[in-house]
Amino acid sequence: MAAPMSLLVEFGGGAELLFDGIKKHQVTLPCQPEPWDIRNLLKWIKQNLLKERPELFIQGDTVRPGILVLINDADWELMGELDYKLQDQDNVVFISTLHGG
Amino acid sequence: MCQAQEQYGGCGWPQGRPRVGCAQKCMKCKEASPVLVIRVGDAFCKACFREYFVHKFRAMLGKNRAIYPGEKVLLALSGGPASSSMLRQVQEGLSRETAKKLRFIPGIIYIDEGAVCGQSLAERAETLLQMETILQASGFPYHLAHLEEVFDLPSSILQHVPHNPAGPKNSYKEAVEGFIRQQRQEEGGGPPLPERHIQEKLAEFCMQDVPRTEGLATVQTEQLIQLFGSVKTLTAKEELLQTLRNHLILHTARAQGYSKVMMGDSCTRLAVKLLTNLSLGRGASLAMDTGFSDDRHGDVVVVRPMREYAAKEIAFYNHLFGVPTVFTPALDTKALEKASIHRVIERFLYGLQAEFPSTVSTVYRTGEKLSATPGDAGLAPGAAEPERCLLCSCALDTNVEDGSALQAILVSEQLSQQRLPAASPAGRGCCQGAEEQRGCCTNTTAPGADARADFLPLLCYGCRLTIKDMTCLESLPLYVRSEAERRKRRALMKLEIQEFLLEDEAVNPGES
Ligand SMILES: [Zn+2]
Ligand SMILES: [Zn+2]
Repeated sequence: MAAPMSLLVEFGGGAELLFDGIKKHQVTLPCQPEPWDIRNLLKWIKQNLLKERPELFIQGDTVRPGILVLINDADWELMGELDYKLQDQDNVVFISTLHGG
Repeated sequence: MCQAQEQYGGCGWPQGRPRVGCAQKCMKCKEASPVLVIRVGDAFCKACFREYFVHKFRAMLGKNRAIYPGEKVLLALSGGPASSSMLRQVQEGLSRETAKKLRFIPGIIYIDEGAVCGQSLAERAETLLQMETILQASGFPYHLAHLEEVFDLPSSILQHVPHNPAGPKNSYKEAVEGFIRQQRQEEGGGPPLPERHIQEKLAEFCMQDVPRTEGLATVQTEQLIQLFGSVKTLTAKEELLQTLRNHLILHTARAQGYSKVMMGDSCTRLAVKLLTNLSLGRGASLAMDTGFSDDRHGDVVVVRPMREYAAKEIAFYNHLFGVPTVFTPALDTKALEKASIHRVIERFLYGLQAEFPSTVSTVYRTGEKLSATPGDAGLAPGAAEPERCLLCSCALDTNVEDGSALQAILVSEQLSQQRLPAASPAGRGCCQGAEEQRGCCTNTTAPGADARADFLPLLCYGCRLTIKDMTCLESLPLYVRSEAERRKRRALMKLEIQEFLLEDEAVNPGES
């Protein structure tokens, strides 16, 4: 049984537009039987934070290609991607690189 | 294709995405824990990544030897990630120890495109404020322009100004040595560097004389909205915006004496542009549009020093090293996936890239092989300047040769246009059912078709498509229309003169 967990979730590079233009979200994830990982977090974000056009953020069970994910300032590719087990006070950042620059 | 396989590992099949373990160390220093993976599976720690990133910028400029010491260089800043990190690289480069120092004089231009991207005046003012904070903090002189200012551009902006051959073109090495000598003298002599002094003065001047949104003529905003409203497709709108933006940047560069413009196109952006250009029929100007250096305007050369950075590297650099960016909506922000060819291609590339991380760099390197357009590179001295497209200033690719794709398109276009009036009841009056009609029917097609017919021959194939997507050419800025008029008159005059030239030749057939 995973205890409730507090995270700082951030959106940048234009991805914040899908979240009411708000870049930083201090969120508390509820208790649930299995541990929280990024895969679950994305589902939770889709249900609780995402305001519009989910297809611009999520594709299947992962993020849309072109959106980078950083866990505590490190590339999620180094952290196990969807399988990374979240810990209390983790910082997860989503940066869109689509049509920017 | 065989060559490509050899170069990229020779496995004959694109490499899938390798999974990187958590326990891995930085591939460069082999000590620190890595923070990101670039290229295909290379993990870098923060310090090594920074060094790699900064070095790549200097190496890019050094390798191409495009910028001379003391040259004025205008940085085109959009507030987006790539151009913002380009600004940071220039700042880093200028503050380095002498041996590795960049030695040019930078200035910045920011163009407010809010009017066509659906921003209200209040939102535009807010964006401008954020941009100004960044611009002022840079300490470089800067220029703020509104896209509306294209309506005040002179038609000379569309003219090719030959590069001054008396310039330091011949010896890059001499120019560098001369500059270093000069700088040593100054350092010994005590008085402040005139270059820095001028820079400070300019910065002061710019800060006092900033165009604000309050001063913006609403008439021109309406004109601009009307212009973009007359363009039917998002694809053509994007092309038009790019063209107008380039003209405004070129104008500022010429007016303020900048001989180079730096654009922050990333490798990812250029790969999208390359495939987009191909599908838009802009293949002929591919090398110009995506290469490192672009001299289509002659006197002002555009360089793209960010072209070897992937969007991912740029996003990470900005995030890890606190580079400020300002997000401004684009023409198509949150638009439908398939709204324009640009979007379709972007999605296609990113989709492939997710599974095959070398996709973007492979596309990009393919583009790199098309380094120079034959029309420009092989131009003998004294040979006639090639005719250039009215809008994008690339050498015209529209010589209709027998059997070319363009000829086929033109023929089928003519045929389909001829059938239409004959089939419609309105067109029946003068030439009933006749297959080979002329004169009367072509005039009945559409109002403004005449103006269009005059316009099209002045454009390259790609720009023709953009113009064809416009419902009304009258909303084009005056500088475009008057330059078109001027070229049309010149072409007519040339035709008249041609008659004499032909007669001349007939008299002396033995010559030449
Ligand atoms: Zn390292
Ligand atoms: Zn053109």
